[in-house]
Amino acid sequence: MEKTNTTTSGFISQLPKNIFSGFVVSLIALPLGLGLALASEAPPISGIIAAIAGGIVVSLFGGSNVTITGPGNGLVVVLLGAITTLANGDVFQGYLFTLAAIICSGALMIIIGQLRLGVLSDFFPSSAIQGMLAAIGISIFAKQFHVMLANTSIKGDTISLLSDIPNSILVLFEPEYHAVAIAALVGIISFLIMVFYGKIRNKYFQLVPAPMWIVLLAIGLSYYYELFSNQPYPIDSSLLVQMPDDVFSNFPSPDFSLLFDLKFISVVLAITLISSIESLLSIKAVDKLDPIKRRSNVNKDLTALGIASIVSGFIGGLNVVTVIARSSVNVNNGGTNRTSNLFHSIFLILFVVLFQDQLRRIPLTALAAILVYTGYKLAAPRNLKDVAKIGKEQLLIFFATIIATITTNLITGILIGILATIVIHFILNRSVMFFVRSLFKPNVLMFKEEIHGNYFVSVKNFSNFMNYSQLKRRLDTIPETQDTIIDFSLCDFVDYTVQESLLGYQETFKRKGGSFEITGLDIHGTSSEHPLAVRSLIPFSKKIKSETTSNLTKRQVDLQHIASDFSWQYDPKKNKDVSSVQDFVFFKTKKINHVNNSIYDNQSIFKISDIEFSEGEFIARTLVRTTVLTINLKNEVPKFTLDKEGLLEFVYKFAGFKDINIQGHPDFSKRFYLLGEHPKEIRSFFKDELVLFFESNPYYHIECNGFYLLVIRKERLASIKEIKALLDYGTRLEKVISNIQSNEIVLKSPKIKS
Amino acid sequence: MNELFNHKFNTILIGVAFSPNLKNNIFEAMRMVDFFDSKLIIVHVGKKTQEKEERIKELISGFSEDDEKVTIIWKQGDPVSVIIDTAAQYKANLIMLGAIPREDFLKFYIGSIARKITRNAHCSVLLIIKPSEDLRPCNHIVVNGLKDKKTKQTIIDSFEVAQNLSAQKLTIVEEISHQEVKIVVEDDQSLLKDTLIKEQLAQKEDIRVQHILNDVPKDLKNGILIKTQSIFGKRGYSIGHYAKVVAADLLIMNAPDRTAFLDRIFVHDIEHILSELPTDVLIMR
Repeated sequence: MEKTNTTTSGFISQLPKNIFSGFVVSLIALPLGLGLALASEAPPISGIIAAIAGGIVVSLFGGSNVTITGPGNGLVVVLLGAITTLANGDVFQGYLFTLAAIICSGALMIIIGQLRLGVLSDFFPSSAIQGMLAAIGISIFAKQFHVMLANTSIKGDTISLLSDIPNSILVLFEPEYHAVAIAALVGIISFLIMVFYGKIRNKYFQLVPAPMWIVLLAIGLSYYYELFSNQPYPIDSSLLVQMPDDVFSNFPSPDFSLLFDLKFISVVLAITLISSIESLLSIKAVDKLDPIKRRSNVNKDLTALGIASIVSGFIGGLNVVTVIARSSVNVNNGGTNRTSNLFHSIFLILFVVLFQDQLRRIPLTALAAILVYTGYKLAAPRNLKDVAKIGKEQLLIFFATIIATITTNLITGILIGILATIVIHFILNRSVMFFVRSLFKPNVLMFKEEIHGNYFVSVKNFSNFMNYSQLKRRLDTIPETQDTIIDFSLCDFVDYTVQESLLGYQETFKRKGGSFEITGLDIHGTSSEHPLAVRSLIPFSKKIKSETTSNLTKRQVDLQHIASDFSWQYDPKKNKDVSSVQDFVFFKTKKINHVNNSIYDNQSIFKISDIEFSEGEFIARTLVRTTVLTINLKNEVPKFTLDKEGLLEFVYKFAGFKDINIQGHPDFSKRFYLLGEHPKEIRSFFKDELVLFFESNPYYHIECNGFYLLVIRKERLASIKEIKALLDYGTRLEKVISNIQSNEIVLKSPKIKS
Repeated sequence: MNELFNHKFNTILIGVAFSPNLKNNIFEAMRMVDFFDSKLIIVHVGKKTQEKEERIKELISGFSEDDEKVTIIWKQGDPVSVIIDTAAQYKANLIMLGAIPREDFLKFYIGSIARKITRNAHCSVLLIIKPSEDLRPCNHIVVNGLKDKKTKQTIIDSFEVAQNLSAQKLTIVEEISHQEVKIVVEDDQSLLKDTLIKEQLAQKEDIRVQHILNDVPKDLKNGILIKTQSIFGKRGYSIGHYAKVVAADLLIMNAPDRTAFLDRIFVHDIEHILSELPTDVLIMR
């Protein structure tokens, strides 16, 4: 898989994969684009235009690799406000003004990118950003919930919209609203599809993303009424997507007449702020999913996004940001370079040109359902719980930001979030001078230790979001394959924003083969009676401690029994260090959260553990827990993957490699997919006895990364019985392989002598 | 102490005030006098009284029987000019100054008087962060290895100081500023370039320092473990932070060039160290 180079042949061989993932992404981008535009009260096509402009421009000029660009969630709130207020309620005129604002903000983004100001995003405290995102989620949810229930005319601020939700529900049960109720039903069913999509793990069902299922079903419904039913289509045309007849000939012209108006300028600033933050956060998150572990050029990407927004604005589209949900779908479907972004645009153009009529059949309620789900995900109470775990003061910042954002606007909201954070830091340290005195002074030392060649970083005074950029700039110059130690023992105060970001570094270093150790935080006051947990400890280390003392579940007790039966070790603790399994292709595009419930033998040859991972952010965010067995082999063997034929999900990650047939074993070749980079070595490794073993034993997914074998049965936690079976299978497999290996040595050694 | 090495600091000057630190300051000074086998001039800016004189006499009596080694000067006027002028008049080679601990007693900075003296004195200045009654051995000395014409002399002198203080380890730190790298790390390619350029620069700097080290007389280097360390970071800041991280006992720096008008606007190299002393600092002239 590492063969993906910049060479032309490599590029071409990657092309089919990227076309495919571009296609899958476009299936999501189509409904989302329509929905996001509708939620902003812009013409539905404007969302698609943004995705098309974004895909083409950013794939040409961008600096990231597997990101997808298009209209973003965060902007809905700003754009909605702009469109409805800039022309005092005239929505179309407001849309023209907003297009001008989008173009201006695009220009600003180019400036930010060219001046390499991408670092500015580091000056926002994480809890404030999380609060802002949650507030955006709440706003989207509040508005779109009504639309989902076919109440499109409702207006008002977020709070009144939320309190009106029961009304909208009750109205549906009144007889005169019968026609509307069907549209609402479509909305609710669509919402249920979004919710339960992740829970159904059927390979074929999962090939089509949830939003596309909704669109397909909705269009199917309208065809049913047209072709098979005598009754007219029960959903009123006002509740269907409106599309201009000549999509690509009649572009609206942006209206710049408000250019120096204060309101206009604040809209420009808000768009720029939110789109930069959303894009930067997404790029950072997507980099962690990149199968080839590249580093994105953030500033180049911002410039490209700016150009894309300008282009999009001139042809009537919304502004373009990097979007996390579509990007992770891209990675999960095998996207490896920017061409997938380009192809996602091309497919969108095809859809719009070929299926204009079908698009007009989509009910607004179905699109709103997608957004309700997105809004809920952004504001999910889970996020609240996560923030609360870190400390009460973070909760305070979080809520201050949410309330300020909902009651005023985004810019005021984030400013209040920053202010709240600063005040809290002052209070925690009981000193203002402490910050003032050293705010503008350098506080980071970094050097490469002469003896071991590892990097040492020391931070002095205090380290919080205000001076984090200094630290970040240094950390960014360390190759992630190196060993790094970051020491806070000279640092009096470390805030959550910094620690969270450092965790990100830790993950990246681990992924790329280096190490990133944080030291010196344990000497800070970590007592629980103090609300200072922020300054001392990495947020979840407290969590781990509390879990070790908690009672074991039945399964854990049983695991303990198994371990003691074999006189092995059992460790129920959650272990965030996932480096042992990260190496496998199977986990390459997945984000592993932790490993727990491990049982292992004393020589640590065998290890069975539960792994929790997610397949990307937001849409595909359903957490998957599975039980895996890893076997440490005595000698190196060729890398390979062994699968039963037809299991798409496992297989297409290996696209580009052909099934290797083993001579003399047609049955085995027929039943199994054997893939790997070096067919010759794999063929010679698969001796008769090994083939016989696989043929005569139950099926497992097996992957070998050279030194370790990964054995997985199903994408879920194994029961105790299954674990016993897995153990039995694993031990026998290990015996067969070590037999082969020792035979080889016997065979080879005389040769060497002669 | 070895006679060979004591030609650097023949006359040491210390300015004292009758503060709680008086005893410790004088003890520190007397120890230096012992180490360098030099004369000591104690300057008090203020009126001479019987009582004050007796106190000082009592303090020094514990160290030296040789009364001629110590001279006490009583002068009134502006402390800065009094000390600088006295140092010039008596041809002092070293002025010792005590630092003031900050409220939390863990950070030290020097007051405005000491700062002015540091800038304008004609001889070396030793800033002591925590004058103590008891001897604290000086094991590890950190010396700057800046690309500067004064550096060579500073390094040679540092070895002399190291011999006199019986230091075991001396680290020469080459600070290379970011500007010299001229690369902004944005992605994998620029990171690779950055790493390469840094490696080359560090090598170049190291060769330069090795050349200087070759010129240091062998017997000065005797018994001292010599290390070099290149640091990419802000000049004048990184070395201070480094000294703190490695827990050095003494940091030796080149004297800043005569303060020009511009230096008052832009923070001078040494200001970072003066605003927060990492350890005892010797500014070599």
